[in-house]
Parts: sequence; C-alpha cells; structure tokens
Amino acid sequence: MSEHPGQSRQHDRRRTAAAAGGGSGLLGQLADFFDDRTGYRAALHEALYERVPGGARWRYVWGSTLVFAFLTQVITGLVLWSSYSASAQTAWESVYYIQHEMAGGWLLRGIHHVMAQAMVVLLALHLMQVVIDGAYRAPREVNFWLGLVLMMLVLGMALTGYLLPWDQKGYWATRVATNLAGLVPVLGPALQQIVVGGPDYGHHTLTRFFALHAGFLPATLVVMLVVHLSLFRKHGLCAKQPLRAPDAMFWPDQVLKDAVAMLAVMAVVLGVILMPALRAMLEGRPIVPGELGAELGAPADPSQPYAAARPEWYFLFLFQFLKVFEGWGASGEFFGAIVVPGLVMGVMFLMPILGRWQLGHRFNIAFTIALLAGAGLLTAMAANEDYAALWADRGSFADVEKLLEETGGDRAKLAAHFGNDPSKLAAFDARAKKLEKIRHSQSFLDAVAQAKTASARAVELAGRPERIPPAGMLELLRSDPATQGPRLFAQHCGSCHAHVDPAAPGAAELLAKASAPNLHGFGTAAWVRGLLDPKQVAGPAYYGNTAHKDGDMVSFVQNDLTDADTWKPDDIEAVAVALAAEAGHAAADAARIEKGRGLIADGERCGSCHAFGGNGTEAGAAPDLVGWGGRDWLVGIITDPAHARFYGDSNDRMPRFGVGREGGAPVLSRREIELVADWLRGDWYRSAQH
Amino acid sequence: MQHKQSTQGRTGTADGPPTARRGFLTQLAAVLCGGLATLPPLVAGVWTVLDPLRRRGAVAAFLPVTDLASLPDDGIPRQFAVIADRVDAWTGFASEPIGAVYLRREKGSDAVEALSATCPHAGCFVEIESQERCFRCPCHNSKFTLDGGIVAPSPSPRAMDGLECRVGKNGEVAVKWQNFYSGVAEKVARP
Repeated sequence: MSEHPGQSRQHDRRRTAAAAGGGSGLLGQLADFFDDRTGYRAALHEALYERVPGGARWRYVWGSTLVFAFLTQVITGLVLWSSYSASAQTAWESVYYIQHEMAGGWLLRGIHHVMAQAMVVLLALHLMQVVIDGAYRAPREVNFWLGLVLMMLVLGMALTGYLLPWDQKGYWATRVATNLAGLVPVLGPALQQIVVGGPDYGHHTLTRFFALHAGFLPATLVVMLVVHLSLFRKHGLCAKQPLRAPDAMFWPDQVLKDAVAMLAVMAVVLGVILMPALRAMLEGRPIVPGELGAELGAPADPSQPYAAARPEWYFLFLFQFLKVFEGWGASGEFFGAIVVPGLVMGVMFLMPILGRWQLGHRFNIAFTIALLAGAGLLTAMAANEDYAALWADRGSFADVEKLLEETGGDRAKLAAHFGNDPSKLAAFDARAKKLEKIRHSQSFLDAVAQAKTASARAVELAGRPERIPPAGMLELLRSDPATQGPRLFAQHCGSCHAHVDPAAPGAAELLAKASAPNLHGFGTAAWVRGLLDPKQVAGPAYYGNTAHKDGDMVSFVQNDLTDADTWKPDDIEAVAVALAAEAGHAAADAARIEKGRGLIADGERCGSCHAFGGNGTEAGAAPDLVGWGGRDWLVGIITDPAHARFYGDSNDRMPRFGVGREGGAPVLSRREIELVADWLRGDWYRSAQH
Repeated sequence: MQHKQSTQGRTGTADGPPTARRGFLTQLAAVLCGGLATLPPLVAGVWTVLDPLRRRGAVAAFLPVTDLASLPDDGIPRQFAVIADRVDAWTGFASEPIGAVYLRREKGSDAVEALSATCPHAGCFVEIESQERCFRCPCHNSKFTLDGGIVAPSPSPRAMDGLECRVGKNGEVAVKWQNFYSGVAEKVARP
C-alpha cells in the first residue's frame, strides 16, 4: 500500500483504533505501539473495507479463489521443494520418495497436482466472468492485460511442473513442447537449446525447468499479482449492473462468499485425491496412500517408446488442434502451435479496445465462449480418439477385420469382393476407417496399461531393502529381468517362440503361429509333463512346428513312453519332477526326485541319448540334462544352441545369440542373455505384497 | 496518493458494517471457512516437513575396519575408513566409507584402542599432529593426547570418544561404529 498524507493517516488511525477498541490495556498499548510505527490498522482497514457496489455476489469470487489456489501452490510447493532433487538421477527418485515413503507426501503432492489443474479451470471461469461483465473496459484495460500475462505465467508453471518428476509422461510431453518452441522463426532453435539447457535433455533441463517453475515464474507472478490486485483496488470492483442490493463491504460479506468458494475448491481437490481411497474402501481393497493423488510413471527413458504420451488434459485441445494441420508438415505445426495461439492471444489483448463499442463487447463475449467451446470440443475429440475402444463394439467389425486380413487391404481384391459396386466399397471403407480408429484407441489404452505396469514395477523395485543404486532407478530397471525380459524376448525370441499360458484365451492361435516351443513355464514340472505327453509333444506348444517334429524325441515319447510295461505313470512323473529340480524348482519329494534322476541317467531310457552327470553318454546327440532349465543351462543354450552340450549339429533354426559371426559382436550381450534367462525362470525381485 | 481519495469517496467506512451481530456471525463464518480451506495444504506441509523425525540412523554395529598386520605396534594412531552399506533416503550405497576412526596399539600388545575421528566439541574431523605427537582439531584447536585424553585448556568439553573394538582370531579388527552428541561433557550415543 502506498504512503498516505499525514493528516489522512491520523484520521484513519483514530477511526480504526476506535473501531478495534484499541488504546486501553496492555494489548491495546502494544497494538498502538506497532500501529504508530507501521500504520497496520489503516492498511488492514483499507484491505477489508472495500465497498462492493450492489452487495456481495457469487460471481465475484473467482479472483479470490485464484489467489487462494496460488497460495496453496506456494505452501505445498515450498514443502515439495524441500524434498525434491532436480537431476536426471535423482528427480524421479526423490519424487518417488515423497510420494511413497514420506509421511503425508502423497497428500502434499496430490494437493499440488490437483490444485494446479483446478487453477486452470478457475482461470477460465475468471476470464469468462471478466469478459461477460465487461470488466476490461476503461479504466481497467491495463489490469485486463495483466490478467492475461498472469494466465500465461500460470500455464507456464503448469508446463514446467509437468517435467519435474522426470517420468516417461512428463519427459515425452516436454520433448514435444520444447520441440514446438523450436519452431519459432529465427530464434526458435536457440530458444529451445536455452530452455532445454543444451542439445540434449538431462540435468540442466531439470534444473532450468525447476528454476522456472519454482523461481522465475512464481516470482514474476507475485509481482504481477500485487500490481493486478492494487489496480483492482484502485479502480474498485466492476459491479454487475443492475445492482441488486444496497452496497456492502468486502469484509465480511464478500469475504464469506469468497471463503465458501475456496472451501468448495479445496473440497473438490481433496475429493479428487481421496476418491480412489473411498472406492477401495467400498470394494474392500487395502488403501495404499502412495497410489493416491498424483501419478508417478516409470522413470524417463529415451530408449523406450511411450505411446501413452499425452499432455495434461487442459493442454489436450492444443494437442488435438495440431492434428488438424497434420497434412501440412512442419509449416502446419508452426501454424497450429505458434501462429493460431498467437493470434488468439492477440485478439484477447485487443478485447479492451474492441469492447469500447457495444458490438465489440458482444464479439468479445462470443469469441471467449467460442474459444472455450472450441477447446472443449477439441478436448472431447481427443478423448474420443483415445478412449473410443472403451465403448465401441469391436466385435461388430469382425467381418471388416476378416476381409482386410484376407485381401491385405488390396483395392482391386476388395473391389472384386464387392462385385465392383462403388457404394458397397464406400460403405466398407467407412467401416474400415471406424475400425482403424478403434484399433488406434486400443493401442493407446494398451500403452496406458503398460505404462501403469511399468510404473508399478519401478515403485516395487524402489522399495527393495537395498534401495535404489546411486546411478538411479533407470539403471535398476535396465537390469531387472521382469522389465527387460519381455522386451528382449519379444525382440529376439518372440518371432519363433511363444510365451503364453496354454490355458489363456487366444493361446491356441498364438501357439499355431509359433515355429518353436512355447517357453511359458519352461523349467517347471508342468512343462516337462506336457513334453512327455504323447498327445502334446508333436503339438504346437512343443516340437510340432520345428524340425524335431519327426525326430527321435517325439518318436520316443509317442512310442516308448506309451509302453506301460517299461514306463509306469509314476516313472514319467518322477522324470518331470527331477528335471524341474535340475531347473531349481525344488519339490518336497526327495525320494521321487532321486528316482527320476536314476531314470534320466539310465542308458536304456533318457540316458541313451541325453548326457546326465556321469552316465557316460556322449554329448552332441541330445541336450545335456545336467542343470536343465537352470540359469546356467539357459544362458548356455541361448548363447550357443549349436554347442555340443545342447543341440549340436541337429540345432534347428535357433540363432547363436551369444556368439558373434566371424568375430563380430554377438546379437545379445552376456548381460542381456542373463536377463532373458532370469525372466524365463521367473527369477526377479518381488516385494512381500506381491 | 489518489487512491486514498477514491477509497474515502467510495467506502464511507465510518458507518462500519451494517448490524453488529449479523456482522459478527458473518465474520466468524468467513474466518472459519477460510481457515478450513487453508488447513489441508498446511497440514500436509507440516506432516511432510516433520517426516525426518520418523527416521532412525543405522543401529550401532561392529564393522570390520582392518587387520592387526596393517597396524604397527608403535603407539602411534593411524586413520582407517569405516566401510559399511549406507542408505541415504532413496539411495542405497553398497560398502562405502561412512566415516573414519583412529586405531593404535602399544608395543607388543594385540589390544587395539579405537577413537572416533569426530571432535566431541563441534563435530569437526580431528587430525594427527605428527610433530607434537598429539591430536588437534583444525576448527577450534581442541588438543588431545595420542590416547585421546583432553589437553587443557581446550574448547572440547570431554576427551575424544573411544569406540568399542574387537580383535578376531585371525587378527581382523572390528569397531563398534557410533556417533555421539557433541558439545556436552557426557558421552551420549545418538540414537
């Protein structure tokens, strides 16, 4: 507040002192002491007794709720700051620690996260109210412009805050946002490099975004807010005409309405945070505080795709808007991301000028409503594209799917199918397009589910007693069989081997496509039982689709094992249990294992082909069964299946993954082979809860 | 300044709020609602700020430091690093130096004396003064004899902190690693 002329201050003090009953008693004297030296009573009076023409109204609360939301962000933000560590090896880790281990951290982060979103909604409401009420008209133009600047600052904080947890979601969204900044003419590339803190994303991206998010932007915002508020006070409240009641004071009438609105905002925020807890309670599931409030994805990994990448919902409309210009190439992005938003901001800055004329004011209202409606529509479109598969009936497109598969999408074949009837073909095309959309949506939903699994795995690993290694969570995930196994398997093994529970729906289809044995449950007694089952051994889950289909093993299982005189059911079971024991799956029945080991070594039975311990069978005819299915055995066979210890010369088509061709580097490193082996064996860290 | 004039002109605050009782209830309700709305971030903030109070340091345990062969029996203390697994918030460090001790043994003796290198005065790292054959703290010049005894006058309120020490069958030396409160006359272990 500015200095008052002496006389006025004297007057104020006398008046307010009288109102506050000051001046007598020790407290009163103390109050006088401070008032004489600070003039706080006058300031307080000034702050509280603002005239509200026409009485307090609900439509005036939006500005106050925004100030309240900002205050909440400052409180929670400062405490978050005290536990956050901005570097590529510690950002995710420290946020994990806040979210999952610190007392009340989930609530703190949840409030900060949800209130940030509430703030965007409140901004829209405040803007709408100001425009509709024509509160930007003279003499309030400058304050309206300040409001727009404040809005951009808030959006800037939202954008920068999204990156700070350094999870996949924030990382990929920020890459997109900063690449768009690079589209600005002339300065763009330099601007991008300055913001990112170098040519690549890393430590300095985080420190810079953090400095922007917690320092530069809020400090600027505070200064602007002070000016915004003092200008607001200077001009007085812009009352909505016609006045409905006698004038009232800001305190306490309007303050009460403001406070109720703040309470409602906070209730909504808490509701959003606690809703999943309530649902868990009603469904009788345990409530895990770390899973409430703000999400934390898997740590940022530039080497892993993230198909679930989306901006925060309030930027979705921009994301969708860019799709309108998809066909335009880079100039389309420039147009959609820079030019159009720039023009929109330009029109908004011109609003106070346009609003001088009644028609201009109407245009402003229509423009704002159209803008919000447009954004709403684009958001709905984006949501529809992403989630269409949730409500679409994919089954009704089965014929389209079948036809597309049969024809391979070939136009001539399709036309022939429809007897060259263009209308039928057009109808088919329309349905094919719908199917395409559903497929897109499904792959997004799959990616979201995958992201959830990855995030849960990261959190599970971070909670190990050994904690996170100094190199960070990503390092730990890269050496985690549960995370890397499926990726490596899909990339290197999955084109031949299936890995599917035979009892799962759709398993038969996958098995039929595979050209090598199903490795699901490899090493378990159940797997061996299937192998030794005459009905299954030549089936698709075992040797059915391999060169061994007519080999010695299949013939042995189908001819020898079916001879009930030499092979009693208990003998076969003993072999299965003994082999599982070799793989490290301990069974309680030691006597049976011993019997099985004897049968395997027996030169008249398994031992006639398979080497096993000291049974004297020469290696090379069939895989050595010592340690069969164990880590070392698996690493060995993946490294070199054509080694005499495994299939030797009769190796079918399996590549020698650990042996480089002509002295070159092998396809898989020792570490990668170990990861696949550990994953196949189900050998990875599990927390007590799982 | 001009805004004063406008306030004066508009508010007419001399009238004060309309009726005192209704005004009081409204005021009370406003303060309650506003306070209640601000409470969640404050509670969450304080709750998290106080989190460190729930944390406990590692339990004092005997940690291997060295072996007798590496410690000459000449009565002169030598500095050894204490190696242990350490957890710092979310990070786990495997076998890394977590502190230092001074070990010494007298001529012909297998008994080892261990002293914490942390000054009991203000927690600085005490150094050996080889010329004066004593310990000296570089921060405030606390001086101790080679067996850790206090040399008056000294800012330190007590002698250097001795640590329990065990010598195993094969000469391995283990020290019970502990931290103590500094600045007080009694030697009190930190929890």
